Amino acid sequence: MTTAPLAARRGRLSPLNRRRLVAFRAHRRGFYSLWIFLGLFGISLFAGFVANDRPLVVRFEGKTLFPIFTDYSEDRFGPDFMPTEADYTDPDVAKAIRAHGWMIWPLIPFSYDTTVDNLGRAAPSPPSWRNWLGTDDQARDVLARVIYGFRISVLFGFTLTALASAIGVLAGAVQGYYGGLTDLFFQRFIEIWSGLPDLFMLIILSSIIAPSFWVLLLFLLLFNWMNLTGVVRAEFLRGRTLDYVRAARALGVGDFAVMRRHILPNALVATLTFLPFTLSGSVTILASLDFLGFGLPPGSPSLGELISQGRNNLQAPWLGLAAFGVLGGTLILLIFIGEAVRDAFNPRKTGFR
Amino acid sequence: MSLIEVENLTVAFGERRVVEDVSFTLDRGETLALVGESGSGKSLTALSLLRLLPPGAVATGQIRIDGRDVLGMPERELRNLRGGKAGMIFQEPMTSLNPLHRIGRQVAEAVSLHTKATLPRDALRRRAMTLLEQAGFPDATHRLDAFPHQLSGGQRQRVMIAIALANDPALLIADEPTTALDVTIEAQILALLDAQKAARGLGLLLITHDLGIVQQHADRVAVMKAGRIVETGEVGQLFARPQHPYTRMLLAAEPKGGPPPLPLNPAPVIAAESVGVHFAIRRGVLRRAQGHVRAVDDVSLVVRQGETVGLVGESGSGKTSMGFAMLGLEHAEGRILFEGQDIAHLPERRLRAMRADMQIVFQDPFGSLSPRMTVEEIVAEGLRVHERGLTAAQRHAKVAAALAEVGLPENALERYPHEFSGGQRQRIAIARAMVLEPRFVVLDEPTSALDRSVQTQIVDLLRRLQADHGLAYLFISHDLRIVRALAHRIIVLRRGRVVEEGPAEEIFENPQQDYTRALIAAAFEGKAVLDVDEPGPSFVE
Repeated sequence: MTTAPLAARRGRLSPLNRRRLVAFRAHRRGFYSLWIFLGLFGISLFAGFVANDRPLVVRFEGKTLFPIFTDYSEDRFGPDFMPTEADYTDPDVAKAIRAHGWMIWPLIPFSYDTTVDNLGRAAPSPPSWRNWLGTDDQARDVLARVIYGFRISVLFGFTLTALASAIGVLAGAVQGYYGGLTDLFFQRFIEIWSGLPDLFMLIILSSIIAPSFWVLLLFLLLFNWMNLTGVVRAEFLRGRTLDYVRAARALGVGDFAVMRRHILPNALVATLTFLPFTLSGSVTILASLDFLGFGLPPGSPSLGELISQGRNNLQAPWLGLAAFGVLGGTLILLIFIGEAVRDAFNPRKTGFR
Repeated sequence: MSLIEVENLTVAFGERRVVEDVSFTLDRGETLALVGESGSGKSLTALSLLRLLPPGAVATGQIRIDGRDVLGMPERELRNLRGGKAGMIFQEPMTSLNPLHRIGRQVAEAVSLHTKATLPRDALRRRAMTLLEQAGFPDATHRLDAFPHQLSGGQRQRVMIAIALANDPALLIADEPTTALDVTIEAQILALLDAQKAARGLGLLLITHDLGIVQQHADRVAVMKAGRIVETGEVGQLFARPQHPYTRMLLAAEPKGGPPPLPLNPAPVIAAESVGVHFAIRRGVLRRAQGHVRAVDDVSLVVRQGETVGLVGESGSGKTSMGFAMLGLEHAEGRILFEGQDIAHLPERRLRAMRADMQIVFQDPFGSLSPRMTVEEIVAEGLRVHERGLTAAQRHAKVAAALAEVGLPENALERYPHEFSGGQRQRIAIARAMVLEPRFVVLDEPTSALDRSVQTQIVDLLRRLQADHGLAYLFISHDLRIVRALAHRIIVLRRGRVVEEGPAEEIFENPQQDYTRALIAAAFEGKAVLDVDEPGPSFVE
């Protein structure tokens, strides 16, 4: 029993969480998966710097321009050009800039919606030095689309998971803590609600309004918040009869504080354990909707759309393989992370509760 | 040759030795009591006799049962030993029976496991019936098909005894067989074990922490402390002339003295007027109430300033429900007047503001403290609600003062509950209640999960706090020895109703009701005076 001074003890993790961290690290596969995933996600957050059809920096007539942040009009680079937005991939524009300065391109000089010119053959074209993963059937660079597609999938997944978990935990907490009639009616409501066929509802919806990122998110949220309620409800049902919860009520602590401070930490273990799996589920939902054509608006970089292109162009296997590799890889990383989290929160492996 | 010969037994988890160099013998027809406080290694010693140690524990040394070496015995022979030559009874009779099988089948299984020839069904059934009858199971003929959950704790323990006796063992190991039972039932079960020992010439190894049981039922005693046997001897000799200081400490651990004197003309703090607590029994899809269990029925009591009222009864008597109702933690009928204000029907929000004045200390010090909070956070929680004006430093000072008052060291503040022993945890729970400076405290069996010597310390602490602050206590307990040391007045509850009430001395000296007499006899003499029938788990109106 060590007795560290108060100041040193604050701000550090509780012994239980320290033990969990050790257990998580000990799960090497999950630990490395987390770092790889965070690395890839970090890169994709800066996708604009990695894959873009505008140069990062342009030096023109002694001035430094940043086309990646600012739109410049094309007639700035020469009197022959039109006063429209500059297209740096235009060979004439590039020539004019090179004549009076220089420019630095991103690693991949295409954005997700850039049509690649001068392919020399019909799209989709196979992988080459110019298009590392080839182009799709509308002559867009697959690698660029995959990077942006990964970003939007993960962001969508994160947002959906975070919101769905928050609502699910709240709903479960209310049911479990108050019990009785609240619980009874809420449960029946969930049973009816989860009986609605969400895919058909979505198809109907997409014929009424054009789905955007947020519309889609809201709609999927309506049907995906129920995953956690059962577990959290059970945890709160158990938790409200614990002696230390009763002791808190006897102290006069309010309902909300009792739930947050005393019962929620118990329920969070289950929630956190579910989180990576919910995330991978959300990514899959988006991909499958895109595959069916009910997902993000046309032209958006999406992994599901790429898969459906792969199916329509069996003569171009790089489409399907690229989509499969990225989607499969993402899901595998998330599952490995999930396994490690599950082990870390397993009381049998991390000792006391 | 003795029935059991144990020489230099050592049990270790890796490097940590929990039983060290233990030697003892046990003859047929003899009861040896293995006594010690929790964590002294007495249960592990018993488990290693049948090689039932938990994984990770390694036993070394010599154990011979009937001359056969147990530690080197092949699995086959070991299986014959367990349940054949040696029967075992555990503390918790609910978890040691399979909830899915009828009791008759469980007894019959124990018989058929160890008989070579397969008996016909009805012969097995008859044998199970005889065994249950021998174990004193009431109405064994008709209740052979009952499930464990339909039985009371004492009845379940009788089934366990029937199973242990199924194959005419030479040795019976009883590991705290009555700790989970009420006092009157405890006396019955121990009387049954005595009778079976005499009738069958059993060697009985009785593991307990209760010296009262030892004095009444054992022939010889071995006292264990921290994994070692510190003293052995005949019961009479050991109790008359204990040699080891630890034994003397255990014997002296009986709570002594009485409650502190009452102040003159104490003002009533809280009064309950014909309070009832009913639980609805709901059935069917719509969960309509089909009837009520009257956990508390028409109970009235008054607690005055500086006074302790002992609420006494066995499990299921409604004493805890009554305690919760007094604090407005349980919905109750009738009136509960706290300093003149009826709190029974006050909305939760209004009640919350009054909670600083009435506090509770729970039975289980392991369950009542949140494992995720430091001791400072736990004790400060009530202050955060009721004294919002305090600065962090003032709050810290108040918490530190409360911990000092209950006798905990300063460095306890930033530690977590799991770093403390049971007695220390109960002190933390008391500090949490006391920091709010309440006037009325419900003590819900605050000592029953603790060792006897720690109980005495907690009783002393509670008496001191009461004298210092003029607190009113409602002391809920089934343990009359503790009640005698604390209570000014006593109320005996049975099945939710008041059986007897009066000043403590009068109740102890001159109990009027048979039930009270039975409780007192069981608690102080370990005698089963009255054949008190237990309320089963379901008594419905």
